[in-house]
Amino acid sequence: MTPTRRRRLLLIGVVLAGVVVSAVLALRAFQLNLQYFFSPTQVAEGEVGDARAFRLGGMVLEDSVERAEGSLTVNFIVTDYLHSVPVSYTGVLPDLFQEGKGVVTLGRMDPSGHFVAEEVLAKHDENYMPPEVAEALEQAREREQL
Amino acid sequence: MIPELGQFALVLALCLCVSQAVLPLVGAHTGRRDFMALARPVAAGQFVFVALAYVVLTQAFLADDFSVRYVAQNSNTELPVAYKVAAVWGGHEGSLLLWIMILAVWTLAVAAASRGQPAEFTSRVIGVLGVVSTGVLAFMIFTSNPFDRLIPAAFEGNDLNPLLQDPAMVAHPPMLYVGYVGLAVPFAFAVAALLTGRLDKNWARWTRPWTVIAWLFLTLGIALGSWWAYYELGWGGWWFWDPVENASFMPWLMATALLHSLAVTERRGIFKSWTVLLAIAAFSLSLLGTFLVRSGVLISVHAFASDPTRGLFILMLLGLISGGALLLYAARAKLMVAEGGFRLLSRESFLMANNILLVAATGAVLFGTLYPLFLDALGLGKISVGPPYFNLVFLLPMLPLVLLLGAGMHAWWMKMNVSALVRKLAWPAGIAIALGIALPLVVFGQSSFMTAIGVIAGLWVCGAALLDPLRRLLRPQQGMRLTRAHWGMCLAHLGVGIFILGATVTSAYNVETDRGVSPGDRWETGGYEFVFRGVRDVPGPNFDAVEGEVELRRGGELIALLTPQKRVYRVQQSPMTEAAIDGRIHRDVFVALGDSLGGGAWSLRIQVKPLIRFIWYGCAIMAFGGLLAATDRRYRHVPERAASSPAVGHRAAGEA
Repeated sequence: MTPTRRRRLLLIGVVLAGVVVSAVLALRAFQLNLQYFFSPTQVAEGEVGDARAFRLGGMVLEDSVERAEGSLTVNFIVTDYLHSVPVSYTGVLPDLFQEGKGVVTLGRMDPSGHFVAEEVLAKHDENYMPPEVAEALEQAREREQL
Repeated sequence: MIPELGQFALVLALCLCVSQAVLPLVGAHTGRRDFMALARPVAAGQFVFVALAYVVLTQAFLADDFSVRYVAQNSNTELPVAYKVAAVWGGHEGSLLLWIMILAVWTLAVAAASRGQPAEFTSRVIGVLGVVSTGVLAFMIFTSNPFDRLIPAAFEGNDLNPLLQDPAMVAHPPMLYVGYVGLAVPFAFAVAALLTGRLDKNWARWTRPWTVIAWLFLTLGIALGSWWAYYELGWGGWWFWDPVENASFMPWLMATALLHSLAVTERRGIFKSWTVLLAIAAFSLSLLGTFLVRSGVLISVHAFASDPTRGLFILMLLGLISGGALLLYAARAKLMVAEGGFRLLSRESFLMANNILLVAATGAVLFGTLYPLFLDALGLGKISVGPPYFNLVFLLPMLPLVLLLGAGMHAWWMKMNVSALVRKLAWPAGIAIALGIALPLVVFGQSSFMTAIGVIAGLWVCGAALLDPLRRLLRPQQGMRLTRAHWGMCLAHLGVGIFILGATVTSAYNVETDRGVSPGDRWETGGYEFVFRGVRDVPGPNFDAVEGEVELRRGGELIALLTPQKRVYRVQQSPMTEAAIDGRIHRDVFVALGDSLGGGAWSLRIQVKPLIRFIWYGCAIMAFGGLLAATDRRYRHVPERAASSPAVGHRAAGEA
């Protein structure tokens, strides 16, 4: 093997190693950052399983939003009108958060069946209904009719 | 009656589009001069009718003609006039009209600027643009007609989405679309070259300025969108890896790769097949972006009420246009013969690394954006991919990219002298490393490994970009002359460096708190004192607002009175947060009003963000550099056969 060839081979080896390491890191990051979406019914039926963070979506139940005076912590109930999950969140709520409207929250369940949200997402279409929530409601309705 | 005129104009434009798509291509294929000569007039005619339709729709908005469904959905008598004009592109149908209008303007510009090029080639370019126009215009007329009537007419309109009632949002869609749609031009040039069977340096030289102009508008459009999200969505972030942002960012990455690949093809006559592929990919990604945004498959601020037929139509269009181009590419693969070689250590290698890394980043972003959609389509559950994934997979290729960038700018074509390069860059590298470690520690009192790396990378790119211009300015007696394109290249890279500095510093040293405050409360955040004075009601033209008053003080002295608002737009009754920002070049103080907590108390979000403006300044500088490069002399006066001379010197920089 000539020196040039050896150098070339070395370079290709280094580049390949870099690509492999990057790909492994990227796939790991991908797996760690997958966030599943569940409806209150799916939560009630125990589909969530492990303790990882997930997205809970549904409607904010009318008259369920409560906050202690002067506190940043808000409690409300997310429902698909078949099952409900109590949620608490500390922080500033997004503009489009309203009772009787759709909401998607990101967080995890605590042992008492309470969902602690780290983030309340403000993303809606013009009908104030996130598509995932619309589908969750649809499924809950179908199930009720069965 | 007038809206029907717009409808009529659109149908006529479609007829002209079809002839623009068919006649010049047939003419170029069969060598019929009369058919080829039709290309320009037909394109001009198409423009006239599309513009007429556009004017008619604008007039409908100005006249509050709520018998037009689109106007009734997106306007209101109380809407300020400027926003009525902007509301034309505030919804799905109108933004498509803007899309097609911009494509018509690009076509016209190509037709006007290509007089010096062979008629056969120009006819094909205009013909291919005609194919794209036909597809999009048909899509608009058959699935999303902006002139549909509403019977009976609405008494009052539904108002423009309050999120869009903002100056940056007025400029963002047109800028973005000029960039998006502009990528159709390099695409058309590539397809025309494949059809002609001549892929040479001339082709690369003709394509380059168009690509740069499209790229610079795309840069500005994305930056404006990011700026808007920063102050209007209300929560102080500047990039969310939202699928819609990704939809505009992926074409940008590809266009950036294309620019650099074109540089090699123009100078050296190599990388041809790769350049063609990038041109096809960049435009395909902008069509894919249109599909993602317009089909309603995404959950996002931009996701308009979905209509499956629209998504299907765009997918078919994407399949036809990109698939057709790729088939042609495969059939003509043997045409793309390299005209020379290069050594491992040469500017070509650096640009190749640039391309590979940019494409890798695009691939990773594409994967994260589309994977959830595939899972959902297959019924395997609903997932989303969190921002940390994107941050990592984007940074992984970007870090080597920016490190190589500084050296690549100064590398020679063909083959270079390594020791000369090292000598030239030792100073900037040394200064970047020393300052990158020291500056964060001195200014902010703390640093981390990643912060130091980011600051070093930013300073390194800035230093390498400034090297040639500084030498030119400080030692004019040396007689080093820089072309305008070279100035543009240096400035654009300086913009990249400034952007990196801004992004790194603001991510590392951003201070952010949410807190509940009552009138008279004092507190400290990020080295500033704040005093909450309370809130009062203020009326707006089409909204009612509660305005908070927050004093911003440092060392007891009042710096600014911040007045964040919480607005309720009367028609849609939708609340909107209007943040108050005290923006200085070195930092922003950002205050947003949250919810009433009862008893006069309010929740506030307070952020101190050092160097955040560098992010947008960097983008603006990049775009300006692009403008300089695109208007270089060699694109304006085209001497016959100039580019075929083997002007490949060993000059340090030359025309990049």
